[in-house]
Amino acid sequence: MDMISIIGFGSVVTAGLTIAIGAIGPALGEGRAVAQGLASLAQQPDESNTITRTLFVGLAMIESTAIYAFVVAMILLFANPFWDYAVSQAGG
Amino acid sequence: MDVMQIKDISPDQVVFWQWHFVTLNATIVFTWLVMALMVGGAWLITRRLSADTRMSRWQNLLEVIVDGMRGQIWEIAQEDSRAHLVFAGTLFLFILTANLLQIVPGYAAPTASLSTTTALAVCVFVSVPLFGILSRGLRGYLKQYVRPSVLMLPFNVLGELSRTLALAVRLFGNIMSGTKVAAILLSLAPLFFPVVMHALGLLTGVIQAYIFAVLAMVYIASASRARTEMEKKKEDDSNPSKR
Repeated sequence: MDMISIIGFGSVVTAGLTIAIGAIGPALGEGRAVAQGLASLAQQPDESNTITRTLFVGLAMIESTAIYAFVVAMILLFANPFWDYAVSQAGG
Repeated sequence: MDVMQIKDISPDQVVFWQWHFVTLNATIVFTWLVMALMVGGAWLITRRLSADTRMSRWQNLLEVIVDGMRGQIWEIAQEDSRAHLVFAGTLFLFILTANLLQIVPGYAAPTASLSTTTALAVCVFVSVPLFGILSRGLRGYLKQYVRPSVLMLPFNVLGELSRTLALAVRLFGNIMSGTKVAAILLSLAPLFFPVVMHALGLLTGVIQAYIFAVLAMVYIASASRARTEMEKKKEDDSNPSKR
Protein backbone atom coordinates (compact mmCIF):
# COMPACT_ATOMS: atom_id res chain seq x y z
CA MET A 1 0.00 0.00 0.00
CA ASP A 2 1.22 3.50 -0.64
CA MET A 3 1.28 6.21 1.99
CA ILE A 4 -2.12 7.72 1.17
CA SER A 5 -4.02 4.46 1.51
CA ILE A 6 -2.24 3.58 4.75
CA ILE A 7 -3.09 6.95 6.24
CA GLY A 8 -6.69 6.83 5.02
CA PHE A 9 -7.20 3.27 6.24
CA GLY A 10 -5.62 4.01 9.60
CA SER A 11 -7.60 7.21 10.10
CA VAL A 12 -10.98 5.66 9.35
CA VAL A 13 -10.42 2.57 11.46
CA THR A 14 -8.98 4.57 14.34
CA ALA A 15 -11.83 7.07 14.21
CA GLY A 16 -14.37 4.27 14.48
CA LEU A 17 -12.48 2.63 17.34
CA THR A 18 -12.04 5.97 19.09
CA ILE A 19 -15.73 6.77 19.26
CA ALA A 20 -16.74 3.15 19.92
CA ILE A 21 -14.40 2.60 22.85
CA GLY A 22 -14.60 6.19 24.03
CA ALA A 23 -18.37 6.02 24.40
CA ILE A 24 -18.36 2.99 26.73
CA GLY A 25 -16.94 4.62 29.83
CA PRO A 26 -19.02 7.81 29.78
CA ALA A 27 -22.16 5.79 29.01
CA LEU A 28 -21.65 3.60 32.08
CA GLY A 29 -20.80 6.64 34.18
CA GLU A 30 -23.82 8.62 33.03
CA GLY A 31 -26.08 5.65 33.65
CA ARG A 32 -24.86 5.38 37.22
CA ALA A 33 -25.18 9.12 37.75
CA VAL A 34 -28.74 9.28 36.41
CA ALA A 35 -29.81 6.22 38.39
CA GLN A 36 -28.40 7.74 41.57
CA GLY A 37 -29.97 11.10 40.77
CA LEU A 38 -33.39 9.55 40.21
CA ALA A 39 -33.12 7.64 43.46
CA SER A 40 -32.26 10.88 45.29
CA LEU A 41 -35.14 12.67 43.57
CA ALA A 42 -37.55 9.95 44.72
CA GLN A 43 -36.23 10.17 48.27
CA GLN A 44 -36.09 13.95 48.54
CA PRO A 45 -38.53 15.59 46.12
CA ASP A 46 -38.15 18.90 48.00
CA GLU A 47 -34.53 19.14 46.96
CA SER A 48 -35.34 18.53 43.30
CA ASN A 49 -33.95 21.91 42.19
CA THR A 50 -30.51 21.38 43.66
CA ILE A 51 -30.36 17.72 42.66
CA THR A 52 -31.40 18.41 39.08
CA ARG A 53 -28.90 21.25 38.70
CA THR A 54 -26.03 19.25 40.13
CA LEU A 55 -27.07 16.25 38.05
CA PHE A 56 -27.02 18.25 34.84
CA VAL A 57 -23.68 19.85 35.57
CA GLY A 58 -22.23 16.48 36.53
CA LEU A 59 -23.65 14.84 33.42
CA ALA A 60 -22.06 17.49 31.25
CA MET A 61 -18.70 16.93 32.93
CA ILE A 62 -18.97 13.16 32.40
CA GLU A 63 -20.19 13.62 28.88
CA SER A 64 -17.23 15.80 28.00
CA THR A 65 -14.95 12.75 28.09
CA ALA A 66 -17.06 11.20 25.33
CA ILE A 67 -16.99 14.54 23.55
CA TYR A 68 -13.19 14.52 23.61
CA ALA A 69 -13.22 11.12 21.90
CA PHE A 70 -15.71 12.45 19.39
CA VAL A 71 -13.59 15.51 18.65
CA VAL A 72 -10.56 13.32 18.03
CA ALA A 73 -12.61 11.09 15.72
CA MET A 74 -13.88 14.14 13.84
CA ILE A 75 -10.36 15.52 13.47
CA LEU A 76 -9.18 12.16 12.14
CA LEU A 77 -12.00 12.09 9.59
CA PHE A 78 -12.34 15.69 8.48
CA ALA A 79 -9.25 17.65 9.46
CA ASN A 80 -6.48 15.06 9.47
CA PRO A 81 -3.12 16.89 9.24
CA PHE A 82 -1.27 13.76 8.06
CA TRP A 83 -3.79 13.24 5.30
CA ASP A 84 -3.34 16.82 4.11
CA TYR A 85 0.44 16.35 4.22
CA ALA A 86 0.28 13.11 2.23
CA VAL A 87 -2.02 14.69 -0.36
CA SER A 88 0.26 17.68 -0.74
CA GLN A 89 3.27 15.35 -1.10
CA ALA A 90 1.51 13.29 -3.73
CA GLY A 91 0.27 16.38 -5.54
CA GLY A 92 3.52 18.33 -5.40
CA MET B 1 -26.16 24.39 7.37
CA ASP B 2 -26.00 26.00 4.00
CA VAL B 3 -22.89 27.98 4.77
CA MET B 4 -20.78 25.07 5.97
CA GLN B 5 -19.87 22.21 3.69
CA ILE B 6 -19.99 18.73 5.16
CA LYS B 7 -16.22 18.51 5.27
CA ASP B 8 -15.87 21.77 7.20
CA ILE B 9 -15.31 20.99 10.84
CA SER B 10 -15.70 24.54 12.09
CA PRO B 11 -17.03 27.83 10.69
CA ASP B 12 -13.43 29.07 10.70
CA GLN B 13 -12.98 27.32 7.39
CA VAL B 14 -15.74 29.28 5.68
CA VAL B 15 -14.06 32.40 4.35
CA PHE B 16 -16.32 35.17 3.13
CA TRP B 17 -13.74 37.78 2.27
CA GLN B 18 -9.96 37.89 2.25
CA TRP B 19 -7.48 40.69 1.79
CA HIS B 20 -3.81 39.85 2.32
CA PHE B 21 -3.65 38.47 5.86
CA VAL B 22 -7.03 39.88 6.91
CA THR B 23 -9.57 37.07 6.77
CA LEU B 24 -13.26 37.50 7.38
CA ASN B 25 -14.58 34.03 8.17
CA ALA B 26 -18.01 32.85 9.23
CA THR B 27 -17.05 32.75 12.92
CA ILE B 28 -16.21 36.45 13.03
CA VAL B 29 -19.22 37.48 10.97
CA PHE B 30 -21.73 35.50 13.02
CA THR B 31 -20.12 36.46 16.34
CA TRP B 32 -20.54 40.12 15.46
CA LEU B 33 -24.06 39.40 14.22
CA VAL B 34 -24.98 37.83 17.55
CA MET B 35 -23.38 40.69 19.47
CA ALA B 36 -25.17 43.29 17.34
CA LEU B 37 -28.45 41.47 17.82
CA MET B 38 -28.06 41.32 21.60
CA VAL B 39 -26.78 44.86 22.06
CA GLY B 40 -29.33 46.30 19.67
CA GLY B 41 -32.17 44.35 21.25
CA ALA B 42 -31.15 45.33 24.76
CA TRP B 43 -30.79 48.97 23.70
CA LEU B 44 -34.21 49.00 22.06
CA ILE B 45 -35.87 47.43 25.10
CA THR B 46 -34.12 49.43 27.81
CA ARG B 47 -34.74 52.74 26.02
CA ARG B 48 -38.14 53.09 27.63
CA LEU B 49 -38.13 51.44 31.04
CA SER B 50 -40.93 51.92 33.50
CA ALA B 51 -40.89 51.31 37.23
CA ASP B 52 -44.67 51.07 37.07
CA THR B 53 -46.65 47.84 37.17
CA ARG B 54 -47.58 48.60 33.57
CA MET B 55 -44.57 47.71 31.49
CA SER B 56 -43.87 46.48 28.02
CA ARG B 57 -43.75 42.74 27.55
CA TRP B 58 -40.11 42.95 26.42
CA GLN B 59 -39.11 44.67 29.62
CA ASN B 60 -40.91 41.91 31.47
CA LEU B 61 -38.89 39.32 29.54
CA LEU B 62 -35.58 40.99 30.38
CA GLU B 63 -36.57 41.30 34.03
CA VAL B 64 -37.40 37.60 34.17
CA ILE B 65 -34.05 36.69 32.60
CA VAL B 66 -31.95 38.97 34.81
CA ASP B 67 -33.85 37.99 37.94
CA GLY B 68 -33.46 34.29 37.14
CA MET B 69 -29.72 34.70 36.62
CA ARG B 70 -29.41 36.59 39.90
CA GLY B 71 -31.22 33.79 41.67
CA GLN B 72 -28.94 31.15 40.19
CA ILE B 73 -25.82 33.14 41.07
CA TRP B 74 -27.07 33.57 44.60
CA GLU B 75 -27.57 29.83 44.93
CA ILE B 76 -24.04 29.11 43.73
CA ALA B 77 -21.96 31.91 45.26
CA GLN B 78 -24.16 32.84 48.25
CA GLU B 79 -23.57 36.52 47.56
CA ASP B 80 -25.30 39.10 45.46
CA SER B 81 -22.55 40.57 43.35
CA ARG B 82 -23.13 42.80 40.37
CA ALA B 83 -19.77 41.90 38.83
CA HIS B 84 -20.63 38.19 38.94
CA LEU B 85 -23.99 38.86 37.35
CA VAL B 86 -22.45 40.91 34.57
CA PHE B 87 -19.71 38.41 33.79
CA ALA B 88 -21.48 35.07 34.07
CA GLY B 89 -24.72 36.50 32.70
CA THR B 90 -22.99 37.84 29.61
CA LEU B 91 -21.33 34.48 29.01
CA PHE B 92 -24.65 32.68 29.41
CA LEU B 93 -26.65 35.01 27.19
CA PHE B 94 -24.03 35.11 24.44
CA ILE B 95 -23.63 31.34 24.26
CA LEU B 96 -27.38 30.82 24.52
CA THR B 97 -28.15 33.24 21.69
CA ALA B 98 -25.33 31.87 19.54
CA ASN B 99 -26.62 28.32 20.03
CA LEU B 100 -30.33 28.99 19.68
CA LEU B 101 -29.95 30.91 16.41
CA GLN B 102 -29.00 27.59 14.81
CA ILE B 103 -32.63 27.14 13.79
CA VAL B 104 -32.20 30.07 11.38
CA PRO B 105 -31.16 28.75 7.96
CA GLY B 106 -27.85 30.01 6.67
CA TYR B 107 -26.47 30.57 10.14
CA ALA B 108 -23.45 28.74 11.54
CA ALA B 109 -23.06 28.89 15.30
CA PRO B 110 -19.81 30.66 16.23
CA THR B 111 -19.62 28.42 19.30
CA ALA B 112 -18.97 25.48 16.95
CA SER B 113 -15.51 26.96 16.38
CA LEU B 114 -12.70 26.17 18.79
CA SER B 115 -11.46 29.77 18.50
CA THR B 116 -14.64 31.24 20.01
CA THR B 117 -14.86 28.75 22.84
CA THR B 118 -11.16 29.12 23.62
CA ALA B 119 -11.60 32.88 23.81
CA LEU B 120 -14.51 32.47 26.21
CA ALA B 121 -12.59 29.95 28.32
CA VAL B 122 -9.58 32.28 28.45
CA CYS B 123 -11.92 35.02 29.70
CA VAL B 124 -12.89 32.71 32.56
CA PHE B 125 -9.24 31.73 33.12
CA VAL B 126 -8.23 35.39 33.47
CA SER B 127 -11.21 36.49 35.50
CA VAL B 128 -10.90 33.77 38.16
CA PRO B 129 -7.67 35.18 39.69
CA LEU B 130 -8.98 38.70 39.07
CA PHE B 131 -12.10 38.17 41.14
CA GLY B 132 -10.12 36.14 43.66
CA ILE B 133 -7.50 38.83 44.22
CA LEU B 134 -10.14 41.54 44.36
CA SER B 135 -12.06 39.84 47.14
CA ARG B 136 -9.33 38.08 49.15
CA GLY B 137 -6.19 40.04 48.39
CA LEU B 138 -3.12 38.72 46.61
CA ARG B 139 -1.83 36.75 49.60
CA GLY B 140 -5.16 35.16 50.35
CA TYR B 141 -5.65 34.16 46.75
CA LEU B 142 -2.18 32.68 46.33
CA LYS B 143 -2.49 30.87 49.62
CA GLN B 144 -5.19 28.58 48.31
CA TYR B 145 -2.73 27.08 45.84
CA VAL B 146 -0.69 25.60 48.66
CA ARG B 147 -3.75 24.31 50.48
CA PRO B 148 -3.82 21.62 51.97
CA SER B 149 0.00 21.35 51.59
CA VAL B 150 2.78 22.69 49.38
CA LEU B 151 2.94 19.30 47.66
CA MET B 152 -0.38 20.08 45.99
CA LEU B 153 0.92 23.22 44.28
CA PRO B 154 1.67 21.68 40.86
CA PHE B 155 -1.64 19.83 40.86
CA ASN B 156 -3.57 22.96 41.69
CA VAL B 157 -1.84 24.88 38.90
CA LEU B 158 -2.37 22.00 36.48
CA GLY B 159 -6.02 21.79 37.46
CA GLU B 160 -6.44 25.48 36.69
CA LEU B 161 -5.08 24.92 33.16
CA SER B 162 -6.83 21.65 32.42
CA ARG B 163 -10.25 22.92 33.44
CA THR B 164 -9.83 25.85 31.05
CA LEU B 165 -9.05 23.38 28.28
CA ALA B 166 -12.01 21.23 29.30
CA LEU B 167 -14.30 24.28 29.32
CA ALA B 168 -13.30 25.19 25.77
CA VAL B 169 -13.36 21.70 24.27
CA ARG B 170 -16.63 20.76 25.97
CA LEU B 171 -18.59 23.63 24.46
CA PHE B 172 -16.90 23.25 21.08
CA GLY B 173 -17.39 19.49 20.96
CA ASN B 174 -21.03 19.60 21.94
CA ILE B 175 -22.09 22.28 19.49
CA MET B 176 -19.86 21.00 16.69
CA SER B 177 -21.14 17.46 17.13
CA GLY B 178 -24.71 18.72 17.03
CA THR B 179 -24.26 20.54 13.73
CA LYS B 180 -22.09 17.75 12.30
CA VAL B 181 -24.53 14.97 13.13
CA ALA B 182 -27.42 17.00 11.73
CA ALA B 183 -25.47 17.65 8.52
CA ILE B 184 -24.51 14.00 8.10
CA LEU B 185 -28.08 12.86 8.73
CA LEU B 186 -29.31 15.43 6.24
CA SER B 187 -27.34 13.65 3.55
CA LEU B 188 -28.39 10.17 4.69
CA ALA B 189 -32.06 10.44 5.74
CA PRO B 190 -33.25 13.93 4.84
CA LEU B 191 -36.93 13.52 5.64
CA PHE B 192 -37.54 13.48 9.38
CA PHE B 193 -34.46 12.63 11.43
CA PRO B 194 -32.60 15.92 10.94
CA VAL B 195 -35.50 17.71 12.63
CA VAL B 196 -35.22 15.48 15.68
CA MET B 197 -31.46 15.92 15.83
CA HIS B 198 -31.91 19.66 15.46
CA ALA B 199 -34.33 19.73 18.39
CA LEU B 200 -31.80 17.73 20.39
CA GLY B 201 -29.14 20.22 19.31
CA LEU B 202 -31.22 23.10 20.66
CA LEU B 203 -31.61 21.31 23.99
CA THR B 204 -27.86 20.64 24.10
CA GLY B 205 -27.21 24.27 23.25
CA VAL B 206 -29.29 25.54 26.16
CA ILE B 207 -27.76 23.04 28.59
CA GLN B 208 -24.23 23.80 27.46
CA ALA B 209 -24.77 27.55 27.80
CA TYR B 210 -26.10 26.98 31.31
CA ILE B 211 -23.23 24.67 32.21
CA PHE B 212 -20.58 27.03 30.88
CA ALA B 213 -21.97 29.90 32.94
CA VAL B 214 -22.46 27.74 36.05
CA LEU B 215 -18.93 26.32 35.87
CA ALA B 216 -17.45 29.79 35.36
CA MET B 217 -19.46 30.95 38.38
CA VAL B 218 -18.35 27.96 40.47
CA TYR B 219 -14.69 28.60 39.66
CA ILE B 220 -14.98 32.29 40.45
CA ALA B 221 -16.90 31.64 43.63
CA SER B 222 -14.41 29.07 44.87
CA ALA B 223 -11.51 31.45 44.19
CA SER B 224 -13.14 34.51 45.71
CA ARG B 225 -14.96 33.12 48.69
CA ALA B 226 -14.09 35.72 51.30
CA ARG B 227 -14.35 33.81 54.52
CA THR B 228 -12.07 32.96 57.37
CA GLU B 229 -10.21 29.70 57.34
CA MET B 230 -12.18 28.37 60.28
CA GLU B 231 -15.52 28.77 58.57
CA LYS B 232 -14.16 27.15 55.43
CA LYS B 233 -12.77 24.22 57.37
CA LYS B 234 -16.11 23.73 59.06
CA GLU B 235 -17.89 23.80 55.72
CA ASP B 236 -15.42 21.38 54.15
CA ASP B 237 -15.94 19.01 57.04
CA SER B 238 -19.71 19.15 56.76
CA ASN B 239 -19.82 18.23 53.07
CA PRO B 240 -16.68 16.46 51.94
CA SER B 241 -18.05 15.87 48.44
CA LYS B 242 -17.61 19.53 47.60
CA ARG B 243 -14.40 20.28 45.81
